[in-house]
Amino acid sequence: MKIFTCIKQVPGVSEVKIDPKTNTLVRKGIPSITNPMDNNATELALSIKEKHGGEVIALSMGPPQAEEVLRQALAMGADEAYLLTDRAFAGADTLATSHTLGLAIKKILKDSGDEKKYLVICGTQAIDGDTAQVGPELAEELGLPQITYVQKCELKGDKIITERVFRSEETVIIESKLPALISVLKEVNDPRFPTMTGIVNAHEEMEVKYLNANDLKAGKENIGLTGSKTEVFKIFIPEKKGKHVVLEGSVEEMVQQLCNNLKEDKLL
Amino acid sequence: MDFSLTEKQKMIRRVTREFAEKHIAPIAEESDQQSRLDPQVMEEMKKMGYFGTCIPKEYGGAGLHEDTISFCIITEEIGRIDASWSITTGVHASVCAYPIYKFGTEEQKQKFLIPLAKGEKLGVFALTEANAGSDAGGVETNAYLDGDEWVLNGSKIFATNGGIAETLLVVTKTGQKGKRKELTVFIVDTNTPGYSVGVREDKLGVRASNTSELVFQDVRIPKENVLGSVGSGFRIGLQILDYGRILMAAQCVGLGQAALEASIKYANERVQFGRPIGSFQGVQWKIADMGVAVECARLLTYQAAWMCDNGLEYGTMGSMAKLKASEAAMQATHDAVQIHGGYGLMKAYAVERYFRDAKMAEIYEGTSEIQRMVIAQKLLRRGY
Amino acid sequence: MSITVDSELCSGCGACVASCPYGGIEVIDDKACITEDCNLCGACVEACTMDAIIWTKEEVGIEKVDLSQYKGVWVIAEHYKGNIHKVAYQLLGKGRELADTLHVSLTLVILGDAFDDQLEELSMYGADEIIYVKSKILKNYYSDLYTKTLTELITENKPEIVLIGATATGRDFAPRVAKRLNAGLTADCTGLEIDSKTNNLFQTRPTFGGNIMATIRTPNSRPQMATVRPGTFKKPEAKKRKVNIRQIDYDYSEKDSVTKIVKVINREKSKVNLEDAEIIVAGGRGVGKKENFKIIEELAEAIGAEIGGSRVTVELNWIPQDQQVGQTGKTVTPKLYIACGISGAIQHLVGMENSDIIVAINKDPSAPIFNVAHYGIVGDLHKVIPALIENIKKVKSAED
Repeated sequence: MKIFTCIKQVPGVSEVKIDPKTNTLVRKGIPSITNPMDNNATELALSIKEKHGGEVIALSMGPPQAEEVLRQALAMGADEAYLLTDRAFAGADTLATSHTLGLAIKKILKDSGDEKKYLVICGTQAIDGDTAQVGPELAEELGLPQITYVQKCELKGDKIITERVFRSEETVIIESKLPALISVLKEVNDPRFPTMTGIVNAHEEMEVKYLNANDLKAGKENIGLTGSKTEVFKIFIPEKKGKHVVLEGSVEEMVQQLCNNLKEDKLL
Repeated sequence: MDFSLTEKQKMIRRVTREFAEKHIAPIAEESDQQSRLDPQVMEEMKKMGYFGTCIPKEYGGAGLHEDTISFCIITEEIGRIDASWSITTGVHASVCAYPIYKFGTEEQKQKFLIPLAKGEKLGVFALTEANAGSDAGGVETNAYLDGDEWVLNGSKIFATNGGIAETLLVVTKTGQKGKRKELTVFIVDTNTPGYSVGVREDKLGVRASNTSELVFQDVRIPKENVLGSVGSGFRIGLQILDYGRILMAAQCVGLGQAALEASIKYANERVQFGRPIGSFQGVQWKIADMGVAVECARLLTYQAAWMCDNGLEYGTMGSMAKLKASEAAMQATHDAVQIHGGYGLMKAYAVERYFRDAKMAEIYEGTSEIQRMVIAQKLLRRGY
Repeated sequence: MSITVDSELCSGCGACVASCPYGGIEVIDDKACITEDCNLCGACVEACTMDAIIWTKEEVGIEKVDLSQYKGVWVIAEHYKGNIHKVAYQLLGKGRELADTLHVSLTLVILGDAFDDQLEELSMYGADEIIYVKSKILKNYYSDLYTKTLTELITENKPEIVLIGATATGRDFAPRVAKRLNAGLTADCTGLEIDSKTNNLFQTRPTFGGNIMATIRTPNSRPQMATVRPGTFKKPEAKKRKVNIRQIDYDYSEKDSVTKIVKVINREKSKVNLEDAEIIVAGGRGVGKKENFKIIEELAEAIGAEIGGSRVTVELNWIPQDQQVGQTGKTVTPKLYIACGISGAIQHLVGMENSDIIVAINKDPSAPIFNVAHYGIVGDLHKVIPALIENIKKVKSAED
C-alpha cells in the first residue's frame, strides 16, 4: 500500500518579527523549516507503515531548496521522495497547487502498476498561508473521500478509522474506505526525530527525484500563476493593537471599559 | 579551502540541537543537582544513535566513522545543552567503542562492538590510577598469563561511565623491559567474578556523568580479549587518547557556546543605570573575547577532525584543540557568571553550572599542562 | 503579474531585502535585484522607502467566465444539534451590506433537517431568500453530501459571492466546493469589501501567523468564495422582513456518503503548552496565598485561557514549574496576557513582553508592569477579578 505525504517548506514564522522602525518583516536569520503539521503527517504515515506495511512516499512542490524538507522525510524513514519543481509552478494558489500535487500522485500510481488502495496524508494547514485548502482540494482532484482536522487515525484492513475535531467540545469518529485523503492536526502525534543513521542514509544512499511540468504533462493553464484563481491585490502590515492606557473610575467602570476594549481588539 | 558544512552535516546539527533542546534541556538543572542521568533520556539517546556515532552501520553504529566532523557537531550540540550527557556519549563512543573498531579482531567486534554501538552496553576507557594521572605510564594495575587466561589485579579511579558500564578497556601492565613498562589493553566484561565498582565520586562539575573507582581482584580474562597485541598498550593507548581528545574539545566548544549565548541574552535584557548592560564597554569586551575564543576553539577542533578523516597526523592539532577549547570554555563561563552578576551565582541560572562544568575540562582527558607538554615536544622536536 | 525594480529610483537601502520572506530580492552593486526565489507576494513593494518597486498586475485571462451571469450573495449556514451556528447570523449582517452595495439579493442556504419551525425567525436577519435543503440524514454533517448539494445549487443559481463560516465544518466543504467549481476561495477572512471600480469582492486575511495582512481578489472566477472567522462581523438586529422560502427535499441516505459516522464523543479539554496558548492569565505575589490562586483559575476558565505565574508563585508552590513565565521560566507570546498582582520586574517581563495585548491588574500604580501594559487597572485584584469575570460572562452570553 502506498502512503503519500505532502510536505511544504515554509519560513519559521513564529520567529517573524516586525521591525518597528521600518515597519517591515524582519527576515534575516529566519530559517526555512518543514511545515510543522506536515511533520505530523509524515510521522503518521511512518507509523502506519510500521504497523501494517506499505511504502511512504513524500512529495513537495517548491523551489530546489525545498529538497531539504524531503531529505528530512527520507531521514525519518520515508521510502521515496519527489520534488515537484519548475518555474511554471511558481505563484500557484491552492487550486493550482492541489492540481500539480494531484498530477504527481496519479503519475506515481500509474508508473507503479495503478494501485487502487492508497492513502494521502496532508498537514491541515501551513503556517505561512494558513488556508487549510490544499488537502480538500487535492482530495477533489483525486476524487477521494476526505476527512479533515484529524487528531487520531488508525488503519483497519482497507478502511481508515479517524477521530475528527468537529467543534471545540466534540469530536466525531468517522470511517472511510481506502483510497482516501486525510488532513491532520498537531495533536495526532509527536513526530520522531530523524536518527543519525537515518540522516546518513538519506544523504548517502537515497535520492530525491525531481519532476517538472513536462514530466507531469501539466497544462500551463492549470498550474502556477496562470492556473490560480485567487490573486494577491495588496499586502500590508496590520495596525498594532491597543493603546497604552491606565483605565480610570470605579472597579465596575474600569472592568467595563476593559471588556469593551478587548471586544474591539477581537479578543473576547 | 572550503569551510562549509555538507547538507548532511547541517541536518545533523539542526536535528541534534532540536533533540537536545527538547529532551535534555528541561532536565539539565535537575540532573546536575541530583547527579543523575535520566533513564528515559538515555533510551531516546540510544534510539537516535548517539552511542554509536563513530561506528560503521554494519556493527550497529550510525556510520559516521569517516566523518569525525559530524561526530564533533553532535558532541558540540549536546554539550551546548548539558556537558554531562556530552561526555557520557562522547567518551563511550570515542575511547571505548571506536578503539575496538580500529584495533579489534572480527570476533571482538561481533561480541563487544555491536552492543556498544547500539547503546545496549555502556563503555569505559580505564587508564587513570591513584598513582598514575598525568604520569599515565606509571600504571600499576597488572595482569599475568595463567594458561589461556590473563589474571588482572589492581584498581582504576575517575573512570567516566565506570559505575554504569558493562564493557571496559583496561590499560594494564603486563611486563617490564628494563626501565620500560610493557602495557596491554584488555577488553573486560564487567560480568566477570572479581570485578567490582568502588566509590562513585561526588564532583564539582559534570555531576550527572558517572565517575567511579573500578576494582579488579583476580579477574580472569580470556586471552582473546587482548586488544591489538600484548605489549602494544602504550602505542594503542596514545592513539585512543588522541582520538578522544578531539571529541572532548568539541564538548568544550559546546559549553563555551552556551556561555556565550547566555551572556548575550542577559546583556541585552538586564538594565542598570538606565540602559542594558550590553551597552557598557566592559561587558562588550568580555563578550567579544568570549566570541573569539569559542570560534578559535571550534576551528581548531574541526581542523583536527578533518585531518583525522583525511588520514593526516592529527595528534598535535587535537592537543591544541583540547587545550584551547577547555581554556576558552573556562574563560567564557567565568565571564558569563561575571556578566550575570549576583544571578550568576544562583543555581536557577544555568551559567552557574556551566562554570563548574568548564573547570572539569581543564583537567580531564589530559590536563592543560600535559597538553602544553605534548604540543611543545612536538614543536621543538619537529618544528611543527 | 510581475515585480520589477526601477533602478533609477532605487537607493540600495535594503529595506526590501529585510522584508522578503523568500530571499527573492537582493542588493547587488547598490541596486535591488529580483532573484529567482521571488514568490510574487509583494511584501517588498510595501517596504520600499523610495517607491522603486513596481508591481505589475496584468489581467490574467485564460478562459473568460461570463461574470455578468452571476448575481447575488449567498451565506451557507452550518448547524449543530438543531441550532444554526452564530457565524451564519454574523455573515447575514455583512452579506446584507455587500448585497446592498451591489444591488443584489441575499440568500441564506441551510442543509439540514427539522429547521421548518425556525425559518420564520431566521428570516429576520436580512436575507431576501432562504433555500432550505431538507433531508433526514443532514441532521449530521457529511462532507461529500454538502459538497454535492452546494455545488449543484451554486451551478444552478449562479451567486456571485458565497460566504461560509471558517469553522472545522466550513473549512472542510468550502475548498472542496471551490475546487469542483474551479472557483477562487479565500480562507479565514477578517475583512470583506466591494471594490467600487470593478464590483469585485476584496477579501482581507492574515498570513504568516498574522504578521502580514493580504487582500485577495478573484476577478476571473465565479462565485467568489470566502470563509470568515466567527466573531469578525456582528450579528444584526432582528427585523421583520418579507422573505421567499424555497424548500427542496433531498432523499439522501447513509449509503450515499463515502464516509461513515461511527459516533460522536465529548472532547476533553487538553492542556495547552504555555508557548502555544492564545490567552494566558498569570498570577504573581499580589495574589497573596495559594488558596487565592483560585480566582486566577476562575478568570482563566471564564475567558478560555491557560494559567501562568511569576517565579515567586512557583517557589512558593502555588503552581507547577512548567507554568512559570519569565527569564528562568518560559517565554510566551499569546494574543492576550493578563498579569494579576505581578509587579513587572525585568525577570518576568522578558518572558511575556512580546504578547500582542497585555492587561495589568495591580494595587501599586508605580508597578513597572504598567509600563508595558496596553490596558492597566490599578486596584485590588481580589475585587477587580470577580467583576471582570462577571463582565466576561455577560459579553459571552450576549454573543450567543
